[in-house]
Amino acid sequence: MYDTTRPEMNVDQLHTKISARNVQVFYGTKQAIKDLNVEIQDKTVTAFIGPSGCGKSTFLRCINRMNDTIDSARVEGEIMMDGSNIYDRGVDPVQLRAKVGMVFQKPNPFPKSIYDNVAYGPKIHGLARNKAEMDEIVETALRGAALWTEVKDRLQESGTGLSGGQQQRLCIARAVATAPEVLLMDEPCSALDPIATSQVEELIEQLRSQFSVVIVTHSMQQAARVSQKTAFFHLGNLVEYGDTDDIFTRPQDSRTEAYISGRIG
Amino acid sequence: MTGLAFALLLSASLAGYVMNRRAALALRDGGQRLHSLGMFHGLYALLLVLVPAFVVTVLWIMLQGSAINALTMSGLPDGVVTDAVNPQLILTEIQSIAGGRIFGEPEPWKLEAAERMNSLHAASGWLLVLVVAALSAALLYTSRRQVAADFRARQAAERIVMGLMITCSLIAVFVTIGIVFSLVFESVRFFQMVPLTDFLFGTRWEPQIPIRADQVAAEGAFGVIPVFLGTLVITFVAIFIAVPVGLMSAIYLNEFASRSFRAVAKPILELLAGIPTVVYGFFAILTVAPALRAWGAALGIPVAPNTALAAGGVMGIMLIPFISSFADDALSAVPRSLRDGAIALGATRSETVLNVLFPAAIPGIMGGVLLAVSRAIGETMIVVMAAGLIATMNINPLDSVTTITVQIVTLLIGDTAFDSPKTLAAFALGLMLFIVTLFINILALRIVRKYREQYD
Repeated sequence: MYDTTRPEMNVDQLHTKISARNVQVFYGTKQAIKDLNVEIQDKTVTAFIGPSGCGKSTFLRCINRMNDTIDSARVEGEIMMDGSNIYDRGVDPVQLRAKVGMVFQKPNPFPKSIYDNVAYGPKIHGLARNKAEMDEIVETALRGAALWTEVKDRLQESGTGLSGGQQQRLCIARAVATAPEVLLMDEPCSALDPIATSQVEELIEQLRSQFSVVIVTHSMQQAARVSQKTAFFHLGNLVEYGDTDDIFTRPQDSRTEAYISGRIG
Repeated sequence: MTGLAFALLLSASLAGYVMNRRAALALRDGGQRLHSLGMFHGLYALLLVLVPAFVVTVLWIMLQGSAINALTMSGLPDGVVTDAVNPQLILTEIQSIAGGRIFGEPEPWKLEAAERMNSLHAASGWLLVLVVAALSAALLYTSRRQVAADFRARQAAERIVMGLMITCSLIAVFVTIGIVFSLVFESVRFFQMVPLTDFLFGTRWEPQIPIRADQVAAEGAFGVIPVFLGTLVITFVAIFIAVPVGLMSAIYLNEFASRSFRAVAKPILELLAGIPTVVYGFFAILTVAPALRAWGAALGIPVAPNTALAAGGVMGIMLIPFISSFADDALSAVPRSLRDGAIALGATRSETVLNVLFPAAIPGIMGGVLLAVSRAIGETMIVVMAAGLIATMNINPLDSVTTITVQIVTLLIGDTAFDSPKTLAAFALGLMLFIVTLFINILALRIVRKYREQYD
């Protein structure tokens, strides 16, 4: 189902990248996430599954503090990344987001050229000293997103002119170009057709070698295909978290079992 | 009589509504399945009577005056209308006698003609009522005969309403065409007196030509360049103030301002748009211009009493809400996903605004700026009050300049003959203004439309 025998996986010592402790999220007075604890491992694909409105996207957006942009959102508890709390007062969310990339549900390329889309992150973070370095970063990112061969001859064309699947891979390349340590993906395939979906899934599998990937998905098949760890959310609670195999074959909680067998959600 | 005619056609159409609706409902109660609801049968009758009768009445009122005049004039005894007297003067005199305003001792044939005119008027009124009554009755009868179970009254009524709507939309089109034609015709007359090249490329604008042959006056020069230059200077000053201020305030209000500040500042900004331009004119001439003069005096710079800077600056203030609301709309229309995308890449707020939102919104903003430019070019009241009258070739905003609109106003004010180049020059200027703003508007609308297509 997934390839656990990748050589670099065995060499690397897996360690905890992100650990959330007692996280509560409120939108105004409504509590969206209740007392969440989870440990997300490095160089692993972690899938968040659960019915709509269960809080999985909300938690995902906590990891790069995107919820800061919503006036009514309030986050309590702590989320540790490499041992330091990202909600500490001293943490600059702008720098955090450079380390935690994000890909959204709908492809959202900027209305700029393909090249400028990918180069935008490196440019604002000063990752390239000259044009040659920037070219290299862009090429590496586009290759990493399996898009290079398709667009290498039209880098100056608008990113919005690509097909839906290409746009989403462009967005992945854009996120990868800033050399993040964690990549968050919020239902990255929900606007794509099956072929584009399988391309993106293949890509996720490759990206895992470089950093930890957290993916929110509505498709349980997708979670089973791409992830090593799965977390099941229900009504703002993290119900069950464990190896993907275990969640899908031997769920401990009756709600998980009901959801994966299609009885709730 | 006209009132009676209107009352008649209104009551006839209402009667048609009631009658046909009842007839249709009676059919239904008789067990037949109607194609259209009873209301539509009534509506069809109402429209069928109202529209033609109304059109006939209006046309009658519009045309009866000239018909009666022609009849009166043709009934005059032979020999009284000679080449020496303008027949228009005779007609006017007869008309005032008929209206009861008698001056001196008019000739008996004039009195007689006035009497005939009055009786023609009375006859025309009665004839109108008669025609409306006959027409309504005929249409009522026609519509009543059409009531049947399978008569498609809804479609018929909708067709009439559609026709009305088409007519209404055509009115705007025809009025525009009419305005353009009147401008073009008068301008052509002007260009017969003053060559087009003199107008377009002349650098002197001195329209003070002698009205009477024996009058001592300048001989007149109609070079549009200094006037156009003045318009450009004032427009430039206005845009120079309005664009940065409007844009910055839109960006601040849209992206950075707290909700409470926005709630106060936005309505106040929009209030600016509601101030009548004549009030801006007061502001320019009573507050801004003297202040500029005082500053100029303090700094030792000569400042004219009616500077381009004062007029243009106040015009710029007038345009701020215009620009800022356009920019605000354009920025708000940028999808949230783009904003999120930039923020998620680690862009700061200002980087997001500058690199992502602003470029995405620029077509909308440009459209707004161009519309503001065409408003600035066509703005009249502020410049009439605060700008100068003398056309000079200079681009110093501290000097007095004049604009196309100011010249049009001054050319047409006062006693002027409508066949002198001085008056006709106003039409040429108007035509030029129209062409310039038309092009800018077309450009602006194209840009705005292009930008709408991008995110739909």
